[in-house]
Amino acid sequence: MNQPMLILAGIVVLAVGTYAFRLAGPLLRTRAEVSERVEALLADAAIVLLMAVLTTTALSQDQQFAGFARVAGVLVAAVLAWRRAPFVVIVLAAAVTTALLRLAGVA
Amino acid sequence: MRAIVLVCLADGLVGISYGAVAVNAGIEPWVILALTLLVLAGASEILFVGIVAAGGSPLTAAFAGLLVNARHLPFGLAIHEVIGTGWRRVLGTHLMNDESVVFALDQDALARKRAAFWACGLGILLCWPVGAAIGVFAGSVIEDTDAFGLDAMFPAVLLALVFPALRVKRTRRAALAGAVIAVVATPFLPSGVPVLLALVGLLFGLGRTKPTGTETAS
Repeated sequence: MNQPMLILAGIVVLAVGTYAFRLAGPLLRTRAEVSERVEALLADAAIVLLMAVLTTTALSQDQQFAGFARVAGVLVAAVLAWRRAPFVVIVLAAAVTTALLRLAGVA
Repeated sequence: MRAIVLVCLADGLVGISYGAVAVNAGIEPWVILALTLLVLAGASEILFVGIVAAGGSPLTAAFAGLLVNARHLPFGLAIHEVIGTGWRRVLGTHLMNDESVVFALDQDALARKRAAFWACGLGILLCWPVGAAIGVFAGSVIEDTDAFGLDAMFPAVLLALVFPALRVKRTRRAALAGAVIAVVATPFLPSGVPVLLALVGLLFGLGRTKPTGTETAS
């Protein structure tokens, strides 16, 4: 296979596989009734995954430490979320904190 | 709703930087745009493009991307009702991503969950490819989006939306344990795997607090 065909094959594998992962959950669930307890466990599982995605992206980039500026930005967001600040404030504060720290020379 | 618009715009900005970085790394524009439309999962696309740009095989890149996207299976188990059935499921399935899932979980009534999921999912379906296309054509004009702190926005968005769920003790224990596991594993395992490993954290939420129903922990 030449390179464009190989890249196309890669795209198709990734796209079809990703769709299959997305479809598997709803398909499995319509086949089986689950208890309230399992329902709660699945909701927790989603939160656990999202929490893992956010902490790893807050702290790392390509398996290396992401730098203090990004971590500080996310920490500011955590404090604001804890204080029940509005969503927009939380997200913009994270970006502004990180940007200002970088402007000041913090990586 | 305002929150959803902000998230979609933020994703659009990240899309611009992704498009610009990818095209500068020598990836052809059609590859970048096909990925944004057909895969619609940012982290796996960035990984795919990174591996191909570094000279890796596109199939290796695809499998690495799939590892990152495996978390969509448990997402689907959790929010299947939100997606619905029939023709809705065909498109709704494609719209499932970190942001649309977390917005859905953040609502309590099913109708509101659905509205949040679809608004966010469709918004990202629009903003992510359009952002990437702008990035591709703007090319080298955009040098460093990190200067604007955009990379801190994505974790902050998830944090803001996950936070209310963390007020439940059982969920908090599981989520914090899972986060520690994922972070510790990150330097040692291929991307995507640490996040899946975080599911072990669920064990820390079990049996600590009795469920409110009549069932007992087994």
